Amino acid sequence: MTAQLLFFYFGGMTVAGAIVAVSSPNLVYSALALLLTFIHIAGIYILLNAEFIAAVQIIVYAGAILVLYLFVLMLFNPKQERLYLHKQYKVGIFLAVVVMSLMVFSGYKTEILGVGGPVTVESVRAMGHTRVIGNALYTDYIFPFEIASLILLVAMFGAILLAGRGQRRIKGPAGRVDLSQRDEATKVLVRP
Amino acid sequence: MTIPLDWYLTLGFFLFSIGVGGVLVRRNIIMVLLSIELILNSANITFVAYSNYHQSISGQMMVFFILTMAAAEVALGLALVIALYRVRSTLNVDEINMLRW
Repeated sequence: MTAQLLFFYFGGMTVAGAIVAVSSPNLVYSALALLLTFIHIAGIYILLNAEFIAAVQIIVYAGAILVLYLFVLMLFNPKQERLYLHKQYKVGIFLAVVVMSLMVFSGYKTEILGVGGPVTVESVRAMGHTRVIGNALYTDYIFPFEIASLILLVAMFGAILLAGRGQRRIKGPAGRVDLSQRDEATKVLVRP
Repeated sequence: MTIPLDWYLTLGFFLFSIGVGGVLVRRNIIMVLLSIELILNSANITFVAYSNYHQSISGQMMVFFILTMAAAEVALGLALVIALYRVRSTLNVDEINMLRW
């Protein structure tokens, strides 16, 4: 009973935060409502016996990704937009409701068929969730793990290249790069 | 387990369709990226719920890779938004309709 009450609290706050994030005209309010959503999703993970994922959710989503969004929002000087929705926003809402009703209809009364795996709640409690995750991540999933690290590396290079280059080119006189205004570390990023 | 599985699935579906609605409805391109985050989170909830009810750790591994992909997507997407704003000085997706200018 307590678990169900907690589920309704976390799930309700998740959905409410998401609706506010999508429908608020103020972009900073949207980002902060998304923070509410992320934190309550971490509560959902704790209800599902996944403590480590809950911690990672708060650290990565609420700590890193959302701060990145807020930085970019502050960069663009967000003001309250008068027309922040599409002209045909009713069509969008209708399509979203259709998608939701189809998915809820297909997922209603879902039951698990087949036998369960070896990772029961008791075994996870005996070993600790972090240890279970680490065992699986560094043995069975070592190749996807390496690919994930490569994806992060490529994303870092891409972000530096995309966001860091244009301003320096504009500074130089008449299309030429001003060599005095860049430092040695970023020389490779400037197109001659 | 006192909470049935389809409650978690329904929560994931609600979050997914709110994200889809955000992508379709908003005009600001940052809000479109932010709605994609909601969609990825709904996938995460579904993965963790199935992982718990199936007593398997594979679903929780998928959450880590989705999270990596989300971080990469945010970094690249926001860098693209900044580069786009320098050239076009607009964030409205209705006005971004040419491949080059």
